[in-house]
Amino acid sequence: MLATEQLRLSAEIVELADRYGRDRCALMPILQTVQDRYNHISEFAMQEVANLLQIHPVEVYSVVTFYAFLKADTLGKFVIRLCRTISCDMQDKDKVARQLENELGIRFGETTPDGKFTLEWANCLGMCDQGPALLVNDQVFTQVDFAKVHDILEGCRRSFSVHPMPKGGH
Amino acid sequence: MSLLKKGPIFSSGILPDEGLKRALTLTRAEIISEVRESGLKGRGGAGFPTGVKWNLAAAARGEHKFVVCNADEGEPGTFKDRVLLTDYANLVFEGMTIAGKAIGSHQGILYLRGEYRYLLGQLEGVLDGRRKAGLLGQNILGKEGFNFDIEIRMGSGAYVCGEETALIESLEGHRGEPRNRPPFPVDTGYLGNPTTVNNVETLVLATAVLARGAQWFKAIGTDKSTGSKLFSVSGDCERPGVYEFPMGITIAQLLREVGGESAKAVQVGGASGTCVPASLFAQTLAFEGVPTGGSIIVFGPGRDMLKVARNFMEFFVEESCGQCTPCRYGNVALLQGIEKLEKGRCSMAHLNELLALGESMQLASKCGLGQTSPNAFIAIVKHFTDEILGRALPAQQA
Amino acid sequence: MPDRTHDSHQDSSRAPVSQRSHTVQAAHTETGIGAHVTVRLDGRDIKVPFGTTILDVARKAGVRIPTLCQHDDLCIAGVCRICVVEIEGMRTLQASCAYPVTQPITVNTHTRKVRQARRHILDLMLANHYGECYSCWRNQNCELQSLADEYGVDSFRFGHPEKPRYEKDTSSYAVIRDMNKCILCRRCVRTCIDLQEVGVLEAVDRGDKTSISTFMDKPLSEVICINCGQCINRCPTSALAANDPTDEVWEAIDDPKKHVVIQTAPSPRAAIAECFGMPAGTALTFELNTALKQCGFDRVFDTNFTADLTILEEGTELLKRLHAALVQKDPSATVPQFTSCSPGWVKYLEHFYPEMIPNLSSAKSPQQMFGAVIKTYYAKLHGIDPKDIVTVALMPCSAKKFECNRPEMCDSGFKDVDYGLTTREMAAMIKEAGIDLPRMPKTDFDSPFGSATGSGVIFGATGGVMEAALRTVIELVCGIKVENLFDHARVLPVRGFEGIKYAELPIGAVGPVPDILKGLFKDWEWLKRATLKVAVAHGTANAKKVLDDIKAGGKFAQCHFIEFMACPGGCIGGGGQPIPTSPEIRAARARAIYSEDEAYPVRKSHENPAVLQLYSDFLTDGPCGHLSHELLHTGYTARGKYIY
Repeated sequence: MLATEQLRLSAEIVELADRYGRDRCALMPILQTVQDRYNHISEFAMQEVANLLQIHPVEVYSVVTFYAFLKADTLGKFVIRLCRTISCDMQDKDKVARQLENELGIRFGETTPDGKFTLEWANCLGMCDQGPALLVNDQVFTQVDFAKVHDILEGCRRSFSVHPMPKGGH
Repeated sequence: MSLLKKGPIFSSGILPDEGLKRALTLTRAEIISEVRESGLKGRGGAGFPTGVKWNLAAAARGEHKFVVCNADEGEPGTFKDRVLLTDYANLVFEGMTIAGKAIGSHQGILYLRGEYRYLLGQLEGVLDGRRKAGLLGQNILGKEGFNFDIEIRMGSGAYVCGEETALIESLEGHRGEPRNRPPFPVDTGYLGNPTTVNNVETLVLATAVLARGAQWFKAIGTDKSTGSKLFSVSGDCERPGVYEFPMGITIAQLLREVGGESAKAVQVGGASGTCVPASLFAQTLAFEGVPTGGSIIVFGPGRDMLKVARNFMEFFVEESCGQCTPCRYGNVALLQGIEKLEKGRCSMAHLNELLALGESMQLASKCGLGQTSPNAFIAIVKHFTDEILGRALPAQQA
Repeated sequence: MPDRTHDSHQDSSRAPVSQRSHTVQAAHTETGIGAHVTVRLDGRDIKVPFGTTILDVARKAGVRIPTLCQHDDLCIAGVCRICVVEIEGMRTLQASCAYPVTQPITVNTHTRKVRQARRHILDLMLANHYGECYSCWRNQNCELQSLADEYGVDSFRFGHPEKPRYEKDTSSYAVIRDMNKCILCRRCVRTCIDLQEVGVLEAVDRGDKTSISTFMDKPLSEVICINCGQCINRCPTSALAANDPTDEVWEAIDDPKKHVVIQTAPSPRAAIAECFGMPAGTALTFELNTALKQCGFDRVFDTNFTADLTILEEGTELLKRLHAALVQKDPSATVPQFTSCSPGWVKYLEHFYPEMIPNLSSAKSPQQMFGAVIKTYYAKLHGIDPKDIVTVALMPCSAKKFECNRPEMCDSGFKDVDYGLTTREMAAMIKEAGIDLPRMPKTDFDSPFGSATGSGVIFGATGGVMEAALRTVIELVCGIKVENLFDHARVLPVRGFEGIKYAELPIGAVGPVPDILKGLFKDWEWLKRATLKVAVAHGTANAKKVLDDIKAGGKFAQCHFIEFMACPGGCIGGGGQPIPTSPEIRAARARAIYSEDEAYPVRKSHENPAVLQLYSDFLTDGPCGHLSHELLHTGYTARGKYIY
């Protein structure tokens, strides 16, 4: 990471600590925001957060590795999380999975070489009545079939070319 | 998708904030005794009496108290809270406000699962609306000295955070690892303060109890399971979705309503619930019958029950917080047992050992996750022994 | 009952998640309504204070309940579940270590459910523990192995790992980590974050992937580990170990060209008996001398010699600092002066408070002073080429292994100390040589460093360095016998296991400057009627409190001299000491040390004739003189806590 980028990230984290507080309760909201903006929580970011909240970096790392949506490794701009829990499983989520892999040329747990897409499994998304379901970042898609997979990916690609740094929130 | 079928409570035409308005005319003790009298029990699945919980939190010593709404709906096959948060968010916040009044709290927190983040903007909007309408903030509805506000905090993808002490750990910026109990959250909860953690649906029903009174509520359902219940129905049926039925409906009745009469089994209560075979469909869905947080997964005649068991065990292996031994390793051992069954390498003696292990997990795990994770496996092995032991081997191995 | 070194129940704000003890407050009064509850335990009624855990009830009643994650030094975790018991009327079993009794209950400790659950828990641990007992250093001293034996485990019902899943981390000079042996009891996590407040180890990932790891899974040598080894002492299995140089030491002994010299510190001598089945608190100092000679060491020296030397160097440095600060008003003279003999503490300061390095005494630790003296003075005296000398140090410590490998510790022109051995490793060597240590005849230490003083001995217990320094400083400055102030020269205010001790010593009249310091000071008039303020902290969590107080300009900022030891209890509780450890065991070891002190004819460092000889023959420009500065003093590295 370049020194200027580090400085910017440090400043951002200070700003987040100002917003959410400097006690440990602020840890999750700060990490969630950093994850959102940077698609991962870097080694540097974890130490900055630890320093501001006066906890040990390993405690931040411990928290990051616990939660499925927080990652120390860089994810793609679009993280596709396909539900694999029972109801979606019974609604042929495997076929959707194959189609996603076919379209993107990667396996689950991987990121496309251009850094645009990451494929991950998710546990129950709470869309059991409309499965198979998947999340793209925090947008939910239901009753996904072959045609929809294509549309979803195309939609991402289009929005990527228009907004190269999509924000997670609405 | 909203409620597919409204039952006695959701179709009763209760006006917005009717419950809150009545609560503000009552003392704290009166609110609590109304809720106690109604027989309302927690709708997350464990079924702890809500009035008792509120009473404990109200009686606990502490300057600050917290009302936490558990919107970490992660149980496989459960999505009723999603519907409530989408269509009835005002009721959820109203319920939290009533709870705040009851226990003497000024701060509510809604812990929303990360998977539902797309609801966040809308929920914040509802909160803003309530603040503008004087339903949150200082001197609510002109009631001098009753101040209460609600903050939304996000989860980040961890099923175990639905366990109330794990949820509190997460709020405090820790790994979602359940705590030792006692002490209980009503006594030592968020930041060491008395905290009531209630399910989304429980809080919604509490508004109805306050609006229409305990007697009206008690008249719905059964003696031991009062009121109605939202059921999240999915799987092999014609009309999956969220239904409201009075407590005490039989599984067979429910299956008729949703178009799942041909089912060979139903998973009641999600992955941590139990698997009920067709022969037991006359059982009722109630705390005294088959208890449930509302998840109903229908398995049609063609479903491979061992595959179902595998899916559940894979879920628990990953979602166990990993702190206690029985849950961290026990789920793996059960999953390995399923693999042996798939390969035709599991003796009866080993299968019995796995069932005994399941019992040990139920008994010795630290929290509800490990205590319930073997349920589905045990039930499926028990009810589908022939199907499981007599199955054909996979083609490549035969 | 000795004081707890760290009351984790009270001070738990920084403890990791599940390990934070959310306990029911125990009754404040011994009497009164509700202060006591009656528990029916296995059919017997036992009255206990409200809030007592079931485990403590059972211990009180003499009923054994197995434990693994529970440790007397640490807060409650309740994660291993081996201690579950059945409470009448409860659906599930409860962890007895974590369950406070708040109402009359009936508890059964060995019902069918309990036995079955415990056995299954053991089976599950064994299914994930890459156990190769016969090739494991914890063989016969492993809590998991003992429980497997106790519960009659005769087969691996849920399998057993056939090959290791994790790579062993051997990067550190001091501490080795092997996750293949870990049963995730998290004692190390609680030790590192809570007891020591270092924060190197935590649980990472979740579910079956949970493991104990460092920040970003880095090797131990690249993180802020201070090498204190307290995690090793509390690990129930061999997931944590010290970096063992036994093979190299044997090799040196076997090499006829090598002159192998060992120095032994007082703490291992007060504890090694435990490795031979004897009770804690049995000192085998002179038996050990015989055993070491039989093992093949050419010379056996007493680290106390350089402990006394340290007192003279560090004490002189203190007087110089005080003179510079108080009389010359030199702003660069930093007070309070911190002791520097605990290498874990030194590294802690380098990482967490690098800005306070100027407070650290530049005097090397006794171990390193000895190495430098052996490879210079001793080599010359006996006409041995220092390159043929191998210096070994028997220490209670894992951090000493790191210390002797610090690149700056080569002032003799060679590596001053070649190997640091722990008490445990030494015991293993002695056993390997077929020597029954407790039955050895007694032999004295070898000269020329043989004679030591009681002051050197007490270095082993928290407050010992301070006591030794005070004995010397009082006599050198006041010109009176320390016994006039303290009965039997026991400087009681700095003794004991309280986490932080503070004492004030008014200096009344002053005496003449003794010969040995005449080159440095004209008189002591500037100390007349001054009050010497000192403090003692042991365990880095306590050190942190003192340092934060100094930064905030509190009481400790007014101190002149502060002793810090990285390990709870001081060196007797060091990371190289026999396993297990507990407050009671450490107290017994301390008693052995203090009684050894009283048995010495000479009990003050400045009266050690061998030390005085060294100053007259070798370090002729006196304490803190040119040569001692070169050989006996050192510098430190500001490491910081960031990892890039």
